[in-house]
Amino acid sequence: MTIADLAFYCFAVPAVFAALMVVISRNMVHSVLWLILVFLSSAGMFVLLGAEFVAMLLVIVYVGAVAVLFLFVVMMLDVDFAALKGQVSRYMPLAAPMGLVILLQLSMGVGAWVQADAAPGLRQSVTPDPIQVENTRALGLLIYDKYLYLFQAAGLILLVAMVGAILLTLRDRKDVKRQNVLAQMWRDPAKAMELKDVKPGQGL
Amino acid sequence: MVGLEHYLTVAAALLVIGIFGIFLNRKNVIVILMSVELILLAVNINLVAFSSFLGDLTGQVFTLFVLTVAAAEAAIGLAILVTFFRNRGTIAVEDVNVMKG
Repeated sequence: MTIADLAFYCFAVPAVFAALMVVISRNMVHSVLWLILVFLSSAGMFVLLGAEFVAMLLVIVYVGAVAVLFLFVVMMLDVDFAALKGQVSRYMPLAAPMGLVILLQLSMGVGAWVQADAAPGLRQSVTPDPIQVENTRALGLLIYDKYLYLFQAAGLILLVAMVGAILLTLRDRKDVKRQNVLAQMWRDPAKAMELKDVKPGQGL
Repeated sequence: MVGLEHYLTVAAALLVIGIFGIFLNRKNVIVILMSVELILLAVNINLVAFSSFLGDLTGQVFTLFVLTVAAAEAAIGLAILVTFFRNRGTIAVEDVNVMKG
């Protein structure tokens, strides 16, 4: 067993174990932390596969943004998670056979297929030699050239998601005083201030 | 020697655990969203593994797009969840059918 094989098992076993813990953990915060371990282990596997850019993207986007977003929501919402978790044992008789059946169906495909002889000829964009063109550069050359429109569409999806998320969570609270810029701009100096001639010793 | 099938096995395990999690936590939307993330991660592992073993970079480009959509989906899902919690005071999915219209 070489070092690379050992590294694969060091990443694969924690990934599967942590994924299992995500769904059966009783504490939601622990679930999110296990999810982070799944992402980090998968990033390690991607590095072993030679996909360094996607691995780093996984660490930055999934661990840095998505998992933290989950953690933020779990901690912000004051939900009685114990009550929600109490139902788990009720669904176990349904979930366990279902998972087992899908696993069996997928395992039927293991070893039961061969790569077609024509497959290497059908490659859309052959990976260049990593010694000459490293993974990030090769991906960049591909995305900004061949998949430019798809890349733009991905940006549009993110923009729409951002606008949607802000629009959904934005609310107008009546008990909070906020700055009204238009009201400030339209304020008339003539009405804003009034000069009174106060006589001495009388007051207003 | 670790081959393509080893990676496919890990991806299949993650996919099944994701589906299992959706069935197991039918009331808890946050765990359901995390399970969907696991399923999408399984897809990504499949794409990258095939991309690496076939020597075709297109799989990694697809992974980027799957990643983008997964991030957008998580953000929108959690935003809907926060709004739902604000209106109902709970995140039990069974009550979602009161949101008619």
